[in-house]
Amino acid sequence: MSRPSDPSRLLDLRRRRLLQGAAALPALGLGGVALGQQFPTAKVNTTKLAVTDTEVTVGQLHSSSGTMAISETGSIQAEQLAIDQINAMGGILGRKIKVIKEDGASDWPTFAEKSKKLLVNDKVACVFGCWTSASRKAVLPVFEKENGLLYYPTFYEGLEQSKNVIYTGQEATQQIIWGLDWGAKEKKAKTFFLVGSDYIWPRTSMKIARKHIETVGKLGSVKGEEYYPLGHTNFNSLINKIKVAKPDCIFAAVVGGSNVAFYKQLKAAGITGDKQFLLTLSVTEDEMTGVGGENFAGFYSSMKYFQTLDNPNNKKFVEAFKAKYGKDAVIGDVTQAGYLGPWLWKAAVEKAGSFDVDKVVAASPGIELKTAPEGYVKLDANHHLWSKSRIAQGQPDGSFKVVAESPDLIKPDPFPKGYQ
Amino acid sequence: MTLSDMLNIGLMQGFAGLSLFAVLLLMGLGLAIIFGQMGVINMAHGEFMAIGAYTVYMSALATERIAPGAMAYYFPVAIVLAFGVAFVFGWIMEWALIRHLYSRPLDTLLATWGVSLGLQQCFRTFINPKEVSPTLPEWLMGSWSPAEGLDIPINGLFVLSLTALVTTGVLVALHKSRWGLRVRATVANRTMANATGIDTKKTDRLTFAIGCGIAGVAGAAFTTIGSTGPTSGQLYIVDSFLVVTFGGAASLLGTVVSAFGIAQTQSIAEFFMTGSMAKVLTLSLIVLILMLRPQGLFASKVRR
Amino acid sequence: MESIKALIKRYQLGSLLLLTLLLAVVLPLSLDIFRLNLVGKYLCYAFVAVGLVMVWGYGGVLSLGQGVFFGLGGYAMAMFLKLEASDPESTRIQSTPGIPDFMDWNQITELPLFWLPFKSLPLTLLAVVLVPMALAWLISFAMFKRRVGGVYFAIITQAVALILTVLIIGQQGYTGGVNGMTDLKTLLGWDTRTDSAKYILYFVCVALLIGSIVLCRWIQTSKLGTLLLAMRDKEDRVRFSGYDVSNFKVFTFCLAAGLSGIGGALFALQVGFMSPSFVGIVPSIEMVIFAAVGGRMSLVGAVYGTLLVNAGKTLFSESFPDLWLFLMAALFIGVTMAFPMGLAGLWDEKIKPWWQRRRVERQADAERLAAAHAAYPEVLPPRGGGKAGGDLPEGMSGQGA
Repeated sequence: MSRPSDPSRLLDLRRRRLLQGAAALPALGLGGVALGQQFPTAKVNTTKLAVTDTEVTVGQLHSSSGTMAISETGSIQAEQLAIDQINAMGGILGRKIKVIKEDGASDWPTFAEKSKKLLVNDKVACVFGCWTSASRKAVLPVFEKENGLLYYPTFYEGLEQSKNVIYTGQEATQQIIWGLDWGAKEKKAKTFFLVGSDYIWPRTSMKIARKHIETVGKLGSVKGEEYYPLGHTNFNSLINKIKVAKPDCIFAAVVGGSNVAFYKQLKAAGITGDKQFLLTLSVTEDEMTGVGGENFAGFYSSMKYFQTLDNPNNKKFVEAFKAKYGKDAVIGDVTQAGYLGPWLWKAAVEKAGSFDVDKVVAASPGIELKTAPEGYVKLDANHHLWSKSRIAQGQPDGSFKVVAESPDLIKPDPFPKGYQ
Repeated sequence: MTLSDMLNIGLMQGFAGLSLFAVLLLMGLGLAIIFGQMGVINMAHGEFMAIGAYTVYMSALATERIAPGAMAYYFPVAIVLAFGVAFVFGWIMEWALIRHLYSRPLDTLLATWGVSLGLQQCFRTFINPKEVSPTLPEWLMGSWSPAEGLDIPINGLFVLSLTALVTTGVLVALHKSRWGLRVRATVANRTMANATGIDTKKTDRLTFAIGCGIAGVAGAAFTTIGSTGPTSGQLYIVDSFLVVTFGGAASLLGTVVSAFGIAQTQSIAEFFMTGSMAKVLTLSLIVLILMLRPQGLFASKVRR
Repeated sequence: MESIKALIKRYQLGSLLLLTLLLAVVLPLSLDIFRLNLVGKYLCYAFVAVGLVMVWGYGGVLSLGQGVFFGLGGYAMAMFLKLEASDPESTRIQSTPGIPDFMDWNQITELPLFWLPFKSLPLTLLAVVLVPMALAWLISFAMFKRRVGGVYFAIITQAVALILTVLIIGQQGYTGGVNGMTDLKTLLGWDTRTDSAKYILYFVCVALLIGSIVLCRWIQTSKLGTLLLAMRDKEDRVRFSGYDVSNFKVFTFCLAAGLSGIGGALFALQVGFMSPSFVGIVPSIEMVIFAAVGGRMSLVGAVYGTLLVNAGKTLFSESFPDLWLFLMAALFIGVTMAFPMGLAGLWDEKIKPWWQRRRVERQADAERLAAAHAAYPEVLPPRGGGKAGGDLPEGMSGQGA
């Protein structure tokens, strides 16, 4: 369910301007039809995908219900916004994009089943979907067997590189290693307590973090490592254990609804941002709406995108997003990465001149996006994005203040040597 | 680690155990009343807790919109409201569904599971499919530090006192009020109670509604700990049942003792091993003891 | 001829034949491989439903934890398939090649001992049936000997389902955790994901299902079946007659567990992964509703119930996801309030008697007509050309006068 929009005058004015702009675009649409004839279906679709002369069908597979809904709703909205903007510009190869939406319901077997349906039954040209690594691992065999294409928006643990997946989020070395280095340097952190939800991403992330802290980066030592099931809400014992260990840094990868309980209970136990340094990999603006700024204030988050980023691309993006989804809408890192998916696909399809998955994949390496809200990004041959990484501090009003940014784009390295 | 540090940690861990005890007791109390009185298993008990939690959430929204100045005071009112709303729902459910199924306890299980599914979908469609949290008043947040290094969460204290209030209220009502008299008579000998003129059907309905109301209060208390989603009810259902069956269905004292035992076992285990292993250990112990003594710890009557 | 008819009637083979026809002939011919694979998945649940008919309908014991046995059988098969898919060649990218991927990213460096038996297929097949049965025996022996039944037992089975789920999720390194075991692709080198493999697995599933129904039918028509029915209705009397009631309950419970295990193994083969979301409380209760909708006393009905509810779930979750849970809720409530004996009960109590009544009525009508014809003298054929009105009595003239 999306938030009801606030009928303020300013919003109406912006919306009117957007609509006026869109109204001028039928002219472009006519041009689009002409483009369609320039790219006959028989040539752009040789693998029996759901492509007609005027339309191309894509799939969207996220959780709109269950414990992950709080995190995945943003991706759904961003992908839809990108698709709407692309359609308003005339579509891809003269064809409008049609979306089939499926709900994974925070259940990985459901993700696998729905992905099979999208690829085998509906024959979609590509799928924008998944959030948790568990859902991605569950659908990966299906995509590889049916030769589909998945645009995956979440920051994840790396150690994967599939011909059938384009990863628009950060992988571990970009997010974790740079973040830990910053913590050790700026906050003088030497002892770490690792906390995560119990499934593949936090486990693998902490494996990499531990290697970096103890062996490769020699930052210090790990005082504790604990995992709790998804949806778990009782962290009192964990908090007491943290108090015993007295770490310099709590390194957290708690996911989904558990975040709310975790930070509420941290605050209730007196662990707040001014007394304890906490760095998390899994709290974006989306989770903040549930956690509440007052519970997270003073803690730090390591992402590549924050809503308060100060560049012209982002300003336009935030404006368009709020115009469509209401002025209270928030945009987190994964939401932005989800927004990149359709644009990257469009660029690859146009470069390849075809919707066939093999051709699109072959055309993908090297694709650049100068209009990305996070700044400039580039697609590497390993299907990951070159991007900068940032650290931001949570504010009492629920927003993030960027306090550090990596000097250059970080090269994606899903199989880092020394961390295996 | 100095001695005072260790003492502090021990106290805080003990308090964590007490918090869990309060949570389990609140959950199991409503169920114990219903199960003990009528032998009915209400699989929708978790959803009644969710009803209470959502009531608090809606009250928070309403207060924010209508009277933002009253934010500090709305919480106790919201709890009473939670009791009322859950009470009404319970009343309706008993009247519409349960009273037809008294002779078939296993079918009641299935029918109430159906109600729980329906309620979950109602939450999803009419409120929000994502998890929500009410904005808590300022005085409920943070911790109380009686000594350096000793931090007692205020919401833990709140839940504890609320539980104490509700439990004593129920005990007093059971032993001093007319309703309690009727309930005890019906539990002891239903036919005789009917013969002496007690309307057991009305008593059943009232008891069921009160049990659901208590569940609503439990749900309201949980909003201080975590967020509420459409499936939050299912997190608590099996735990509540185990607390009640372990304690002995017809005994309130049994419920209190079993909640305490389970909470402390889980808390202490959690401190020394991982969270899920602690849970497995606690559950296995419960099942084992139940296998040896199926009627629970305090049984006044063997029921099948 | 008569003896065959009697055999068919006794074993109710008629409805079984119809079911076999539907599953083995009609569905494969009318559905594409994607939908047929889905039907195969539903049939795995049907194993559990058939077991529930025996333990709940005939034995009177409600088990809300069948997912445990389904899961145990499923995980046994999944472990075998996962080991096969984790040969050193395809896992060379891992820190420790040759072990399943989830062990690797949980920082485990060698295969745990309890995984070793699952390297061999015969041992796995044995485990698929025996491990659920062993657990079932343990639980039921302890409970039924102490005369724990009814609601208490149902809650204990729920607790066991919860324990197993938490155990699987918590021991991610050994079981794959909440991610489940994915990417199960070959069985002894035979690729289970090709279309032809799916057809073969489907028919194997159908054959095993029909076989189990025949087995259960045989039990039902034996003396044991009668005892089970008696035990369900009046347990004490059976006990006073000298029988050890708890042994029968243990037997049916273990039987249901074994069947569920087989269903779970076929599920892992057909779907290609296994996860704790099939083991817990919610799926276990859903499996009960399959049996309840079909008819808790009818084996064939249980299969229809499973197919119906699951087909509804897939169809509705695609088109009206919001409506689906309401429908499920209505199903649960309706089954317990309106038609407790399920569809089979509806068939037996309402439709068949109605049909038979109509037959009897029609027969009675025909008899009455024949009797009326016999009682009255023959009607003479009309004279000559035959005036329109037939023969008129004397003195009366036709219209045309």
